[in-house]
Amino acid sequence: MPLDHAAVRHIARLARLAVADDQLDSLRSDLERVLHLFDDLAAANVDHLAPLAHPHDQSLGQRDDVVTEGDRSEELLALAPSAQGGYFLVPKVIE
Amino acid sequence: MSPASIATLAADLAAGRCSAEQLTEQALARAQRAAHLNSFIRVDAEAALQAARAVDARRALGHELKALAGIPFAHKDIFCTKGITTTCGSRMLEHFVPPYDAQVVERLGRAGAVSIGKTNMDEFAMGSSNENSAYGAVTNPWGSARVPGGSSGGSAAAVAAGIVPFATGTDTGGSIRQPAAFCGVTGLKPTYGRVSRYGMIAYASSLDCAGVLARSAADCARVFDEIAGFDARDATSVDRAADRTVDALDQPLAGLRIGVAREYFGSGVQDGVAARTHAALRELEQQGAVLVDITLPSAHHAIAAYYVIAPAEASSNLARYDGVRYGHRSADVRSLDELYSRSRAEGFGSEVQRRILVGTYALSAGYYDAYYLRAQKVRRLIANDFLGAFESVDLIAGPTAPTTAFGLGEKSGDALAMYAADVNTVAVNLAGLPAISVPAGFADDGLPVGLQLIAPAFAEARLLNTAHALQRVADWHLQEPAA
Repeated sequence: MPLDHAAVRHIARLARLAVADDQLDSLRSDLERVLHLFDDLAAANVDHLAPLAHPHDQSLGQRDDVVTEGDRSEELLALAPSAQGGYFLVPKVIE
Repeated sequence: MSPASIATLAADLAAGRCSAEQLTEQALARAQRAAHLNSFIRVDAEAALQAARAVDARRALGHELKALAGIPFAHKDIFCTKGITTTCGSRMLEHFVPPYDAQVVERLGRAGAVSIGKTNMDEFAMGSSNENSAYGAVTNPWGSARVPGGSSGGSAAAVAAGIVPFATGTDTGGSIRQPAAFCGVTGLKPTYGRVSRYGMIAYASSLDCAGVLARSAADCARVFDEIAGFDARDATSVDRAADRTVDALDQPLAGLRIGVAREYFGSGVQDGVAARTHAALRELEQQGAVLVDITLPSAHHAIAAYYVIAPAEASSNLARYDGVRYGHRSADVRSLDELYSRSRAEGFGSEVQRRILVGTYALSAGYYDAYYLRAQKVRRLIANDFLGAFESVDLIAGPTAPTTAFGLGEKSGDALAMYAADVNTVAVNLAGLPAISVPAGFADDGLPVGLQLIAPAFAEARLLNTAHALQRVADWHLQEPAA
């Protein structure tokens, strides 16, 4: 699967990873090599097979809809790089 | 003299021949002497000594204590430890202090085991050499220019060097078994869902599995029995009573059918590795096991399927690191969008970024069917291979890794060569099965070789029983690297 710089930029944008222009070439060839590995999948005969998303095909467990933890917002906000008045702070979104 | 087993240490503690504090002091001293291995990201001497003294005090009061009470060990730095920095080998989490304990941490803490620190690992468990750690590579105790394997490389090296009798690890595509093989220790990857993933930092959630690395299968059994079991806080935890594997260790092997998978001895497998693996299997045959040639016809698709599915899940799991709620935040950004993309570019290392990009691509519009969906169908094919094989055999065997420990720097520039190191381990995770790597002697280069045994889901006891039978007649697991 040949990729061009625009495609690499698009994937990086979807992944929210900043990529400098001088990284594009090496990233492109890196990704192409890994994607080439995936050509092998086309050779497998998977007709009539259902996808397996999860080992054992188990259904996810459910628990009662009850509160198990109290309010820990202060503790959690303390982990934030920037917080104030019970909120996470980020750069201005609306001009 | 080989380091003592958990059972011996527990007996010594119970009889008052030593204290938990003394054992902990010894482990801390060994960690210091072996600091050049870089197997630890952090050692917490004070906290460890305090925990050890608390166990000694409980014992002095006559409290009934569990088998692991007072035994020093180490946690892979992927397990959240309340109040103790947990980096997951990443710059992203350099200052992350979790507000809670992982289930595995809680369980071992309750059992009275004494953690002396957090072991080094490939960043976010992505790697097969431990060279992807933001905190430096780990050295294999068996050869100073060799990798310990990965991603649980620090745990494997710490056990191999005799610093601690056991360490926790995680295995998404071989991250317990391959470093166990490279470092000459025993590594158990339990059935998916058997040990809670609660508080274990996520890489690929349908594959991630917590387990243990120790010197022997008997020691692995003692730890597994403590950490296995249902946990409502992990939605994929299996609600099924775990049998005590310790009680099944000494069962005779007579009649046990071991399928020797032809595909696991493919062209990339070193002659010495294949020879040692066959020799170990012959030891099991001597004890009554029956060796049967089998084929796993889809085995060669496993690497491709794994390297689509694991990065796809990783790209989704690692979206949480956005520089807003916790983890690294880039300084000096002008917009929210820049905050996300720069924090992530600065916080993640190159292999993690590569896997995020590959996973994002595999899940993106137009490619989802060809890559992700198709990989999931191949995953079914691989799981069916195992189901078919287990109709006629009780276990499946082969070399854990195709080679002995490779050189530091030898593969770090070539992602595909590195991925090929996982050729015999990833299929097990795709199928969610339990497997163990057991020391099987040494190749001509003097480096350890691991025998991998794979069992049907939930048959950990059979794996440990078989590995223990091997370790009763062979002493490869007791060999120690020259200081």
